[in-house]
Amino acid sequence: MNSIQSLVKDLADTHGRKRESLLPIMQGVVTREKFLSEYAMVEIAREIDISAAEVYGTATFYSFLETQKMGKYVIRLCKTITCSMKGKNQILLAIQNMLKVGLGETTSDGKFTLLETNCLGWCHKAPAMLINDEVYTELTPEKVRETLTMYMNKNDEN
Amino acid sequence: MANSYLLKRADFIFRNENDWEQILSNSIKKKPQALINELISSELKGRGGAGFPTGLKWKLAAEAKSDVKYIICNADEGEPGTFKDREILSKVPFKVLTAMAVCGYITGARQGYIYLRGEYKFLEDELNKVIDEFEYYCKEIKLDFKIDVFMGSGAYICGEETALMESMEGYRGEPRNKPPFPTLEGYEGKPTVINNVETLAHAYTIFKEGAKKFYDLGVQYSRGTKLFSVSGDTPKPGIYELELGMSLQDFVYEFGDGDTKAVQVGGASGFLVPRKKFKDAAIGYQGKLTGISLPTGGSMMLFNSSRSMYNVLDNYLEFFREESCGQCTPCRVGCQQLLLGIKAVKRGEKPASYLEKLLRLTETMQYTAKCGLGQSVANSFSSIVENFREEMIY
Repeated sequence: MNSIQSLVKDLADTHGRKRESLLPIMQGVVTREKFLSEYAMVEIAREIDISAAEVYGTATFYSFLETQKMGKYVIRLCKTITCSMKGKNQILLAIQNMLKVGLGETTSDGKFTLLETNCLGWCHKAPAMLINDEVYTELTPEKVRETLTMYMNKNDEN
Repeated sequence: MANSYLLKRADFIFRNENDWEQILSNSIKKKPQALINELISSELKGRGGAGFPTGLKWKLAAEAKSDVKYIICNADEGEPGTFKDREILSKVPFKVLTAMAVCGYITGARQGYIYLRGEYKFLEDELNKVIDEFEYYCKEIKLDFKIDVFMGSGAYICGEETALMESMEGYRGEPRNKPPFPTLEGYEGKPTVINNVETLAHAYTIFKEGAKKFYDLGVQYSRGTKLFSVSGDTPKPGIYELELGMSLQDFVYEFGDGDTKAVQVGGASGFLVPRKKFKDAAIGYQGKLTGISLPTGGSMMLFNSSRSMYNVLDNYLEFFREESCGQCTPCRVGCQQLLLGIKAVKRGEKPASYLEKLLRLTETMQYTAKCGLGQSVANSFSSIVENFREEMIY
């Protein structure tokens, strides 16, 4: 059994093999793999005994369940009104300049993916972004460069 | 300024209290009917924005005949400009859990869920710890009630109650037709009470302080207090608990930066009120007060005169276009066409009179869209286009 197979099996053991288990299982795969590969979706479908098309159809509805390969750290910058008013574009430029990627792209070392997202619920501390599940608020270009440097220097093992 | 209500601050929700155990054990000694009557007489209405009477909702679910029922706490707080639910769940989660358990006792439900939006995943572990402690106490007082956290995965539409249930059942978060309403056929087709986080926190206050204290706050049709999420061009953004029924004028006087041009009440799906209408607008549920009365989920976004209302509308429409679930045509195609339409008018590719056609389109969406998302696009669109027409064109 390869690692995706055993991950899906473990998740199904925890969350069950009913239709209600589909979202938690997909979320579990995304937490570790950062995205749902075609292979993973077929494995999930097999494990809980539904059609792979159903898995794909459900996954593509949710913006946090990516079906394209993602970097190790997924940056989601909020683009909704307050963040946009409070200088989201400067933050976006700072990130793009530093990582040399455009929106929706992944750095060549596979470490970062840059995305925009809708309201994160931090309007009073705008602009805000998520890196994986971690929130960063009241961003400035300096602050965002500091944060990204920290992630760049993070040890790859964990 | 006739009939002006000055802002009345209140402090119920975030008041730190360690008496939830007592409230819970006292409540479940009372008769369910007595608790429902208490809630009904407090006139508490849903704080998520729609404003359905909470007591009535619990009563309907209690009367529904079924062995299995569910209580769901809706923490899929996706409306732009709203962030109060996150604060409640991180600061006073026990109040929400207690209200859920009391609701379970009243309706006969033994299982509760908190549907937490994916963006708030960092709250999950802490919340699960609190739930463990809570369930331990439930066991001690022999109350059969379990609570689980269900994570969302980044979909605004899942805040709509039936879409949320579809999502929990493992499907695409597409709203269902109503009726049947969730109190009769909700999660897994069983009677379900689904309440906003803040509604449950208020229910806790009512069980603790009694209905009268709550009813005495606010104004007619809009009783009690409400949390407001204040953001945008304001010197003091944050979360404030205020009595309902205040005029927008007073609100801006307190929170504006002296140059407030317009306030968006109720997030992207709410209304934009221009400066000249501040004194006629009151914040509360329907029922005429001083003029227009605006229901709200608590999102208040202030814009000063440096902001272009065209950019604001453009931002909202892009939001709606992305977040529309795509199930019904008026909303799926409508949101796209509205965005293309205002862009075309701005670029001069369409005459200014094209805005009237777009307004008619929003009217169609209001009548034909399946759920609140498509129906409410008309709110912000027409209030912005009608009040700031010149900014849309030039």
